[in-house]
Amino acid sequence: MPRLLRHELLMFEALREGLGEEMERDPNVCVIGEDVGDYGGSYKVTKGFSEKFGSWRVLDTPIAENSFTGMAIGAAMTGLRPVVEGMNMGFLLLAYNQIANNCGMLHYTSGGQFTIPVVIRGPGGVGRQLGAEHSQRLESYFQSVPGLQMVACSTPYNAKGLMKAAIRCENPVILYEHVLLYNLKEKIPDEEYTCCLEEAEMVRPGTDITILTYSRMRYHVTQAAKTLVDRGYDPEIIDIRSLKPFDMYTIGESVKKTHRVLIVEECMRTGGIGASLRSAIMESFWDELDGPIGCLSSQDVPTPYSGPLEELTVVQPHQIVTAVENLCGKK
Amino acid sequence: MAALSSLRVAVPQLDSRRTLPCSHFGGAGCEKAFFRCQSSKLLLGAGCVAGEKAPRVAGGGNVRAAVSASKAVTEKPNSGSKSDKADLLVTKDEGLELYEDMVLGRSFEDMCAQMYYRGKMFGFVHLYNGQEAVSTGFIKLLKQTDFVTSTYRDHVHALSKGVPARQVMAELFGKSTGCCRGQGGSMHMFSAEHGLLGGFAFIGEGIPVAVGAAFTSKYKREVLKEEGDMPVSIAFFGDGTANNGQFFECLNMAQLWKLPVIFVVENNLWAIGMSHYRSTSDPEIWKKGPAFGMASAHVDGMDVLKVREVAKEAVERARRGDGPTLIECETYRFRGHSLADPDELRAPAEKAHYAARDPIVALKKYLLDNEIATEAELKSIEKKIDEVVEDAVEFADASPLPGRSQLLENVFADPKGFGIGPDGRYRCEDPGFTAGTAQV
Repeated sequence: MPRLLRHELLMFEALREGLGEEMERDPNVCVIGEDVGDYGGSYKVTKGFSEKFGSWRVLDTPIAENSFTGMAIGAAMTGLRPVVEGMNMGFLLLAYNQIANNCGMLHYTSGGQFTIPVVIRGPGGVGRQLGAEHSQRLESYFQSVPGLQMVACSTPYNAKGLMKAAIRCENPVILYEHVLLYNLKEKIPDEEYTCCLEEAEMVRPGTDITILTYSRMRYHVTQAAKTLVDRGYDPEIIDIRSLKPFDMYTIGESVKKTHRVLIVEECMRTGGIGASLRSAIMESFWDELDGPIGCLSSQDVPTPYSGPLEELTVVQPHQIVTAVENLCGKK
Repeated sequence: MAALSSLRVAVPQLDSRRTLPCSHFGGAGCEKAFFRCQSSKLLLGAGCVAGEKAPRVAGGGNVRAAVSASKAVTEKPNSGSKSDKADLLVTKDEGLELYEDMVLGRSFEDMCAQMYYRGKMFGFVHLYNGQEAVSTGFIKLLKQTDFVTSTYRDHVHALSKGVPARQVMAELFGKSTGCCRGQGGSMHMFSAEHGLLGGFAFIGEGIPVAVGAAFTSKYKREVLKEEGDMPVSIAFFGDGTANNGQFFECLNMAQLWKLPVIFVVENNLWAIGMSHYRSTSDPEIWKKGPAFGMASAHVDGMDVLKVREVAKEAVERARRGDGPTLIECETYRFRGHSLADPDELRAPAEKAHYAARDPIVALKKYLLDNEIATEAELKSIEKKIDEVVEDAVEFADASPLPGRSQLLENVFADPKGFGIGPDGRYRCEDPGFTAGTAQV
């Protein structure tokens, strides 16, 4: 029986592998961003690319997010497939004009004449004491923009697969990476593969409760799950991966099985992904629910620098355990 | 050639004694008021006195030489004098093409005003009357494969670029036969066929798109090794935009990478009700190019032949790979900012001054005085355009409004972006989906 060949790497290497493969496959794919070339990218996702692909394909830009994102959009409209790196996703707030008005809407306002196959990616989320401005979660800000797809990677496997799929997709896709996950290690297939942009990922099948999460919080959930299992619970954990659109099939099948839902996210409470997800589940699966949908989000606080305060702003495993116990009842 | 051409090109040297002739109320050649303040109390901060030359200190610091600088020639009025055949700036065919394009622009916009007040088009409509020389002067030099971006004042750029009047009018009427299927409207004219990359409502946001198209041109040369003429891009925008961050960011990037893009400032002195002089520390926009090492020029935007001459040089520079140019066109809009603007702030004297420099009247005079065309030929063009515009209105009137099915069709190029529904199928596979009845 042939053994599936695999190789081990870290998540940033997986992203690099995916991006590199797509750049080799299609000469129209290029990278645009600050320090992507000589420096190799803020988290080394494009290390070595400048030498390999040249400086036109790995374009070191001046510090002008709105304009170089707009430039990437103009390039996409005229035949290229740019991958825009936000050195930190937070910097892309400077590019909000272009991302909302042109990236998301231009295909529509042009009556379908132009496609914008850009990928916008970069590190975001709460890191280790990086301060408020470097700890932002832009998924909540961009989720309302019509015309955008948003995915969040969380393992080397899905990072590579989502990167490749996002580049091949004709829609503009925002790929959210997390600062604290770049050094995750995993064995991934040698054979080429992509992940489906619109699908969620089953992390742990279960029967008691559906826990929906994404990005770094997946790991707080799996950590909490160990305690929960010890206490006799059987949680089903789903990494939703696609932040927009939601995979209502995977989520729905789970809700029909467990009848209880807890959402665990790193977004702020107000207007976050959890808020939208909660509302979508209630609308489609109201009859399946045995109780209210729980939602654990970060505090609506600018992320403090000091360690203990920072810890208090994001959801910790013990809070997840408590929430599950409350939703399912004590065992 | 020199007699009727006028180029004031920025030679980026620090020259604190430099003065420039006024091209405004005193008429060309008048050297009264540097900041054109003499006749209008509304133009603030000029501090000039009749008959006195205002000294001007150019920006500080060393400025690297621009890529190329043409000779600066004293401006002479483009009126009256008949030239030798050798001096003529256009052939007959070119002259008639320019005339027809400007008349089309004017007639179309006039019809828009009528249709708006009759309730056929809605929202914000910004008309281009008076600025035709800029659109015609530049765009008639372009090929179909070249690109243009514009602002909300984009109808005439679309027409000059070749988008049929019918499609533009139908778009304005919100019909599904419009160039954007009725989904864009007045401020969002697009045409993939004609290289019109928009139509943008927010000022400044179209400039990076033009730079991006220029990046693609250069990329195709450098990376994909494509041969043949390099497509150039032109970004049109106004004086207000020249204070916006994206303008400066794009000047930097375009010059840095020597992209084949031309930045055309249609300086009509007003950003809605904000006078250019009240919002801009140094109102000479063309001088900002050399700060980035970019070739720049100022031109009389009411004169299509002058515009065309400056444009030719810029297009050639871009096509041969020598990079971008910044061109400031002094122009004027005869109507308010939009059809909703009561236009109460602009001085009657200012309006009268520019009305007297109507670019269509000026070209007509040039063509007739130099016997390039006859009165009858020009009249027949005017008649033809009347018919084209009437036909556009009839077409738009008769066209259907978009059906419900159109609502969701173009949100995503790949409709899988609407996601997977509870039944496990992609929502777009639902037969009811494009009729807008499916859940999203």
